[in-house]
Amino acid sequence: MSNKEWPLWEVFIRSKQGLNHKHVGSLRAADATLALENARDVYTRRSEGISIWVVESNYIHASDPSDADSFFEPSDTKVYRHPTFYEVPDGVKHM
Amino acid sequence: MKTMDLQELEKRFQEKIDKEIKIEPNDWMPDEYRKTLIRQISQHAHSEIVGMLPEGNWITRAPNLRRKAVLLAKVQDEAGHGLYLYSSVETLGADREATIDDLHSGKAKYSSIFNYPAVTWADIGTIGWLVDGAAIMNQVALCRCSYGPYARGMVKICKEESFHQRQGYESLVTLCNGTPEQKAMAQDAMNRFWWPALMMFGPSDDESPNSAQSMKWKIKRFSNDELRQSFVDATVPQAEILGLTIPDPNLKWNEATGHYDFSPINWDEFWQVVNGNGPCNKERIEARKKAKENGMWVREAATAYAAKRSMKKTA
Ligand SMILES: [Fe+2]
Ligand SMILES: [Fe+2]
Repeated sequence: MSNKEWPLWEVFIRSKQGLNHKHVGSLRAADATLALENARDVYTRRSEGISIWVVESNYIHASDPSDADSFFEPSDTKVYRHPTFYEVPDGVKHM
Repeated sequence: MKTMDLQELEKRFQEKIDKEIKIEPNDWMPDEYRKTLIRQISQHAHSEIVGMLPEGNWITRAPNLRRKAVLLAKVQDEAGHGLYLYSSVETLGADREATIDDLHSGKAKYSSIFNYPAVTWADIGTIGWLVDGAAIMNQVALCRCSYGPYARGMVKICKEESFHQRQGYESLVTLCNGTPEQKAMAQDAMNRFWWPALMMFGPSDDESPNSAQSMKWKIKRFSNDELRQSFVDATVPQAEILGLTIPDPNLKWNEATGHYDFSPINWDEFWQVVNGNGPCNKERIEARKKAKENGMWVREAATAYAAKRSMKKTA
């Protein structure tokens, strides 16, 4: 049965010009053309998008949630990357 | 992380749930949580798909073009709901086709309401009003489910559902303001759908043993009886505006509780229908099986065409 099954595609939609594509869900389709048409029918029945990307789920590589603590540690420990870390004298404007 | 024992993992999992942190597909989760969700989401998906049958039956017989276009759009939405849900069940590692085969073999259940026939045009308005109304009550609560993909799917579904209920109610307003025959047809539909709609919330709390665990995992936020009561409270005034009588002699406002009291539900009928003996169970499953079998050549052709095209590309 599963050898007859169409591949899984992840669907990303740009809701309007100027915004980025955002993941909305997935679907099954035989090829990219059909995946785009299915995505239009399944995810944009009410003008939710002006542009769609579909990516075969196989090609997505994800970080491991169980390693999230160590994986993201470099950014969590660098408070000096945020502007609020720095003190400037009262009265300094436009900064 | 790898040396962590099961108890510790379970404890951390429950802490996340308690802190309202959503669970995402690749996160660790107890097997039972995964199994419960696979069962619930796939049965929800099946309900959306089987739910297209009673209404789909009326598309060609809608009384005018406006009602026809509306019904077509509604049924198409239900197909979409089924698809969002099948894709969220896949995020749990379930095999989509296997869950569908479970429906066809009778192993998986779906909402018992769809085993009742839609015999008159008034049934279509009544289904939109009561059946989608009850589904909305359930689904709004599920928008806050602890499993991310299910909760997100529910948000999208709820946005689409409200038109389903309103179009049904509007259609009933028309019938109730029409000829005495039209009004009688609406009342007849109400008489047949009221109790099955209340049964949609499932067995009463003392008869649903898995509820407590689902509440603890925040898959469920409200008990079956709580949701059923909210539905009754919301629906009675809507029936009054239509001028329809709710087929329950014991239905009355209770000043002390601030809710409507209503008669006990005929659970015997509920279990009969759930266990396959409702008026349309066989017909519904047959229709789904036929759809899969008769559509198989399309799937195969699309697969063959895709294979041929990718060969050409690499050649
Ligand atoms: Fe739906
Ligand atoms: Fe609906």
